Amino acid sequence: MKRRTLLATAALGLGLTFGGAAMAQDKTKACFVYVGPIGDGGWTYQHHQGALAVQEAFGDKVEIAFQENVPEGADAERVLTQMALSGCNIIFTTSFGYMDATNAVAAKFPDIKFEHATGYKREHPNVSTYNARFYEGRAVQGHIAGKMTKSNKIGYIASFPIPEVIMGINSYYLHAKKVNPAVELSIVWAFTWFDPAKEADAAKALIDQGVDVIASHTDSTAPLAEAAKTNGAVIGFGQASDMAEYKDGPRVSSIIDNWAPYYVKRVSALMDGSYAQADAWEGIAGGEVEIGEITALVPAEVKAEAEAMRDAIAAGTYHPFTGPINKQDGSVWLADGAVAPDGDLLGMNFYVEGIVGEIPQ
Amino acid sequence: MLRLEKRASPSVFWERASPFLAVALTMVAGGIMFWILGKNPFEAIRTIFWDPLFNDQFAAYSRPQLLVKAAPLILIAIGLSLGFRAGIWNIGAEGQYIMGAIFGAAAGLAVYPVESRLIFPVMIVAGAFGGFLWAMIPALLKTVFRTNEILVSLLLVYVAQNILAMMALGALRNPEGGGFPGSRNLSQIPSMANPELVAGTGMHWGVVAAFMAVIAGYILLQRHILGFQIKLAGQAPKAARFAGVSPARLVVMCLGISGVLAGLAGVFEVTGPAGQISIDFNVGYGFTAIIVAFLGRLNPVGILFAGLLMALTYIGGELAQLMLGLPSAAIQAFQGMLLFFLLGTDLLTNFRVRLAKREVA
Repeated sequence: MKRRTLLATAALGLGLTFGGAAMAQDKTKACFVYVGPIGDGGWTYQHHQGALAVQEAFGDKVEIAFQENVPEGADAERVLTQMALSGCNIIFTTSFGYMDATNAVAAKFPDIKFEHATGYKREHPNVSTYNARFYEGRAVQGHIAGKMTKSNKIGYIASFPIPEVIMGINSYYLHAKKVNPAVELSIVWAFTWFDPAKEADAAKALIDQGVDVIASHTDSTAPLAEAAKTNGAVIGFGQASDMAEYKDGPRVSSIIDNWAPYYVKRVSALMDGSYAQADAWEGIAGGEVEIGEITALVPAEVKAEAEAMRDAIAAGTYHPFTGPINKQDGSVWLADGAVAPDGDLLGMNFYVEGIVGEIPQ
Repeated sequence: MLRLEKRASPSVFWERASPFLAVALTMVAGGIMFWILGKNPFEAIRTIFWDPLFNDQFAAYSRPQLLVKAAPLILIAIGLSLGFRAGIWNIGAEGQYIMGAIFGAAAGLAVYPVESRLIFPVMIVAGAFGGFLWAMIPALLKTVFRTNEILVSLLLVYVAQNILAMMALGALRNPEGGGFPGSRNLSQIPSMANPELVAGTGMHWGVVAAFMAVIAGYILLQRHILGFQIKLAGQAPKAARFAGVSPARLVVMCLGISGVLAGLAGVFEVTGPAGQISIDFNVGYGFTAIIVAFLGRLNPVGILFAGLLMALTYIGGELAQLMLGLPSAAIQAFQGMLLFFLLGTDLLTNFRVRLAKREVA
């Protein structure tokens, strides 16, 4: 590819019609934009593991570049443009808030592929979106929670009232309820994805209410740290990363975000020319959602059931949202045997029957 | 042994020269830090200070971006500098910036989807009013109850952040956004957008306003009685009182002007580069502007250059992350060094460094 001079066009004020700015190169350059610091666990860390897997899989044939702590909003658009100018062939934007910036920059660089995580806007043919079916993992957690609770009170630390999170709450509750009809779910909205202090407060509030199993949709280990203070009375789950450091303590299992299979697949497709725009939403089957090791604190029988559910979901023989399921107000959502259409899940803004409380507006 | 000796009057030379010395020292200390991190220090410094301006690949894009990034910093810093000169410390420009954006966006979205040329000007006025209102809280508390404006204005930033989150999740949330937090994208609504005025220049209304603020600030300080009163109050509070300067009026004026300018910066940002009200709309311009104000010696023209320099370290810092793989924390530390050395070298304005002979006992 010939290197094009961008200076002249812009200097003349003829409008920023960027062409493929990639430099003459044999390597495929895959770039990643992170919303937080890479750190040693959590959402951004998991995406970075995926990036490293790409490097591992293709070795010299790819070059990876990344930028951490990129604020969502005005700065994202600039960072993305600079990445495009630096010769990236494919750019993964790994947070929901990059949605508009991704689409805006994609319009200017039609030859570069953009992949936006968790979003729904694909305004240009070079924008794809991808997400993972985390609710599948929530079903397994719900099963464990329903079996393990002694107080029949289970808790959920929720981040933001968006479909992604509500889906997880519903899945968790439905599967706990299925094995333990007496179970009650308490939800605390933390309004953050990562804030150890707030998450710890939320966990304390739940424990004070008598909750003895806590699931969280926030990134830090603070809820597990709070649970650990109860000397085994309260258990919880790892979120995003395995959080294996609490394996000897309250962490009985985890949902691990594994982006490596998707990243490797997309970069590979780009290299061999089979790349096409996509709206990917894979789960346990595709390897994107992993269930972290279930520890010995969980009775063998419960562990076997949980693993059987995981395998059934992976095999496609079981869908976590299979009717009959009613909405919170008692109206029918799914008839007996019906499976939730993806559209319903992606726009989910209601609790299922049995959950107490309202979704914050 | 080095000894410090107080100067009879502040050195004019060092007042002008210390920012340059601070930048030079930052380059040296930063270079050492980059070298310890295993990067070529010369390459890193060149990437930060040179590439955004002159690199073939990036400069055409990043040069105009300097204006985009610097505009809110300059606008806010001009307002702050007036108060700082008079000894009135508005530390809460970040909150005023947020409120400006909220008021401006709310004014526009209230009439959505009406299209009219009048909407944008009304939003600007609303934004300025929002910033003004938020600055009036510390101003009135100080003049009526003698509270400390530093604490009140700073703490109001956190209040503003919570209001921002409330707006992004509630009243201003995009009803077509699938339940996700964040308002409609104002930059995509013709009558509310603050677009690039001339393609490829980065120049939007906020940049125009920043330049106008620099000129107005200059005239105010050089030619206007208020400017004289501000300078007098800062240099000789007692004399100012004898000269008939009302301290209460000065507090209200200084906080009011800085609030208006911060509010304007907020509304220009939310209608332009940022595009929408979201939970993390604010990225610290209000705090960084404090550094810019001092780096620019509280002088409007100085602030113009300081704002551009600060923007350069942001954009160059991003390039250094992308091209050289420097961690973002190292870039933040580098920017922090700038303020550190500036405060350090400021000592030379009021003190003389003397080589003292060691006295023999």
